[in-house]
Amino acid sequence: MTPATAISEAKVWEWLEDVPDPEIPVISVVDLGVIRGVAVDDQTVEVTITPTYSGCPAMSVISLDIETALAKRGVEQVRLKTQIAPPWTTDWLSEKGRARLETYGIAPPQEAGGPERCPHCQSQQVERVSQFGSTPCKAQWRCRDCLEPFDYFKCI
Amino acid sequence: MQAPAPLFEFLLRQGDNALVLGHRMSEWCGVGPALEEDIALANTALDLIGQTQLWLGYAAEVEDEGRSADDLAYLRDPYDFRNLLLLEVPNQDFGRTLMRQFLFDAFQVPWLTALGQSSDQRVADIAAKSLKEARYHLDRSAETVIALGDGTEESHTRMQAAVDGLWAYTGEMFADDETDAAMSAEGIAPLLSSVREAWRATVDATFSAAFLTQPEGSFAHSGGRTGARHTEHLGHMLATMQTLPRSHPGAVW
Repeated sequence: MTPATAISEAKVWEWLEDVPDPEIPVISVVDLGVIRGVAVDDQTVEVTITPTYSGCPAMSVISLDIETALAKRGVEQVRLKTQIAPPWTTDWLSEKGRARLETYGIAPPQEAGGPERCPHCQSQQVERVSQFGSTPCKAQWRCRDCLEPFDYFKCI
Repeated sequence: MQAPAPLFEFLLRQGDNALVLGHRMSEWCGVGPALEEDIALANTALDLIGQTQLWLGYAAEVEDEGRSADDLAYLRDPYDFRNLLLLEVPNQDFGRTLMRQFLFDAFQVPWLTALGQSSDQRVADIAAKSLKEARYHLDRSAETVIALGDGTEESHTRMQAAVDGLWAYTGEMFADDETDAAMSAEGIAPLLSSVREAWRATVDATFSAAFLTQPEGSFAHSGGRTGARHTEHLGHMLATMQTLPRSHPGAVW
């Protein structure tokens, strides 16, 4: 077990990098931008998280995964705090996270409101199928060139 | 019995609007006209239920009687609900469901924008979070209203029937009462009537693009926001929505 004195905030951030998003496991909860703060106080690690969408059902799994991951590193006391302000924005996705999304087949969010290109063949000939998708954070699009459907990470 | 505090009443109104519409939308889950629409309706419902947790969670804290957001949602009777009548009437067809969603979204966007300036920080935070979702809902509902209004003869007829059927329920959105006056005096929320123009502008532009006509007359049903006179539909809806926690008190997932 790691002695509590050895825990630094930077270390906790590093450990959280290894906690995958339960619905999009190629990116971590840190890449997703839902970790808003880490504070280490004596024996207790406090992690502040913010929901992506107010009704996102993955939030309870994310909380559980964070507690489990920190417990595995020897942290005995974890306090999770939920914060809704400022509201989560896709601007908080990390560059690494955006790149991983695209490699995985999910087009990363764009200010323009739609994907820049097809994540499979890079064609810009894409069209929207639906504003919503398999999770609250995604919409359904398809490529007119390779004809593959793909998910687009909604920009909010 | 002591009259409930205006802030509690105000928070119930926000939470109950989101809850009742969220439940109505969830009734489409598995029976949507196309898979994509089914998913969209369920996702909209999910956002609204999430917003409900924030509003009713704060309401429960303000009330300070030991009740939780779940208790407020599942253990109150119809006359204790404070939602707009517009949101509790049955879905009927897909067109009418989306028309109702549009009429509410067009209100919710300017309303939540204004609440973002609330003197109560919790109200401002919940509004700012909900606003992002409401904007996305409005994009979709307005687009669908236009697509169906300016669609086939059948879809146009159904959308016009939806407007005609729902119009008399829209006036309640802007009918200020003593709770609204109290909220306005404290800077917690503006008067409802102050967002009417913004709502009307969105409705006018969308209906014009959809070739839909606004009905004449200003008759407005009321009684939902005060709880004085709900429609007979709310009790039936709650009977379904509340059956599990009422039949199995204390049940958890």
